[in-house]
Amino acid sequence: MPQLHVKNLTKYYKDVLALSDVSFAVEKGDFVGIIGPSGSGKTTLVRCINRLITATGGEICLNNDKNILEMNRSEIRKARTGIGMIFQHYNLVDRLTVIENVLHGRLGYKNTVSGVFGHYTEGEKRKALEVLGLLGLDEHVYRRCDQLSGGQKQRVGIARALVQEPEIILCDEPISSLDPGSSKKIMDYLRKIQSELGITILVNLHQVDVARTYAKRILGFNNGKLVYDGPSELLTTERIQEIYGKEAHELILN
Amino acid sequence: MNLYSTSLPKETVWYFIRKRIGFFLVLSGFIIIAAGSSRLTGFSLIDAFQAIPRVVSWMFSNLIPDKRAFERLPRILEKLWDTILMSVMSSVTAAVFAFGFALLGSVTTKPNNFFAVFSRATASINRNIPVAAWAMIFLLTFGQSSFTGFLALFFASFGFLTRAFIETIDETSISSVEALRAVGAGYSQQVMQAVMPSAMPQMISWVLYMIEVNIRSATLVGLLTGSGIGFMFSIYYKSLQYKSASMVILTIVVVVLLIEYISNSVRRRIL
Repeated sequence: MPQLHVKNLTKYYKDVLALSDVSFAVEKGDFVGIIGPSGSGKTTLVRCINRLITATGGEICLNNDKNILEMNRSEIRKARTGIGMIFQHYNLVDRLTVIENVLHGRLGYKNTVSGVFGHYTEGEKRKALEVLGLLGLDEHVYRRCDQLSGGQKQRVGIARALVQEPEIILCDEPISSLDPGSSKKIMDYLRKIQSELGITILVNLHQVDVARTYAKRILGFNNGKLVYDGPSELLTTERIQEIYGKEAHELILN
Repeated sequence: MNLYSTSLPKETVWYFIRKRIGFFLVLSGFIIIAAGSSRLTGFSLIDAFQAIPRVVSWMFSNLIPDKRAFERLPRILEKLWDTILMSVMSSVTAAVFAFGFALLGSVTTKPNNFFAVFSRATASINRNIPVAAWAMIFLLTFGQSSFTGFLALFFASFGFLTRAFIETIDETSISSVEALRAVGAGYSQQVMQAVMPSAMPQMISWVLYMIEVNIRSATLVGLLTGSGIGFMFSIYYKSLQYKSASMVILTIVVVVLLIEYISNSVRRRIL
């Protein structure tokens, strides 16, 4: 039984169609790369899954649970605790320290008062330290995030997602603002999270070669439509041309 | 290849000519407006410049504080202190209300569009009524008192700060609020854990600026509402005791500079 089920998902921004009747299913522990040109609906798709963007129609089910589109306020909050998210621009609170940002990942589990005052249990703090160790950030635990490099900030972003103890992590262009060295490091961490912790990874990428290296399965989007859904080995030149258009292949495939 | 061998395309030549003509039109427009308005109002720039030496000599003979003005200094300072306190109090009170309205009005934290429009409209109305007009309005209802002055400063500051806070929130916290939404945090958690830490330094900086502005306007407001340092000034001024009146002005200038210095150094620390 698939872990994530997306059925006939459609999204309109006013009159503009961003996602057109998208259907696919993801098994637990998959590493899925989502590729496609800018404006093809990748970001919209990822944000629809945890309802940061409300889809116009269709069905998104996690673990055969209630349709995410039909959840009320408290149900969606609860569902979001199980879905981690990593952003292109890290989306940290720059003026807070690393550990404070990581502990934000626990807010979805907390009652209003203790969340508002940032009162975390000893267990939660221990968990945060453990995750930071896993990501090689032990030395930076008490540093303010505005003093970190881009790669370090993204690792803090990953740590924040991990303390949620999620079953799936959505990544919206996690390496688009990073240099090649940091990018590789981040992708390696994502692979490690998938293979060692068994967490499903859904990652939006602009780099086809990176997607092919890391993802077992590729979803290719063009103009809001899912035009490729299959293993990365079968992503041939013709397939890539279908996704990106004829002109793109020389630059991508060298 | 010789750069001058071929002539430029006509289109390019005309493009630059048109740009130059446009510039001259704008420039001559300004000159015509300035000359026209000076003629309509009977204001002559040349006469004004010629009057400067006379003004300066009048100032030196009438506005240098004398012994009596210095004897009045303690009383002036006491009133000045009242004025400072009133400015601080009105700015801080306004900031508290402005923060609430800014949360309703900013794109990042608005609960719904109705509240957002309501908050922005309220702020805009308050901001666009000048502080002197506020003073006149409350003068009619509350009479001459410090409370009238406080209210005038409060409403003007409230409008301005709401606008400033809305922009601060949208500028500093939109991305981290999104992240907290994604982890399942509730509204008040988003506000306290993402908006507050991100926006606070800049908001404090706005409040400090507001205090500076309010000390300046408190002088004018005091003149109208019969309170604080503005009232002292108008008493001396109306009884032709210019030397004491200028003493008042000097102390205000010193205090404004001092406050500006203090708030600048606080700003450097927190930003």
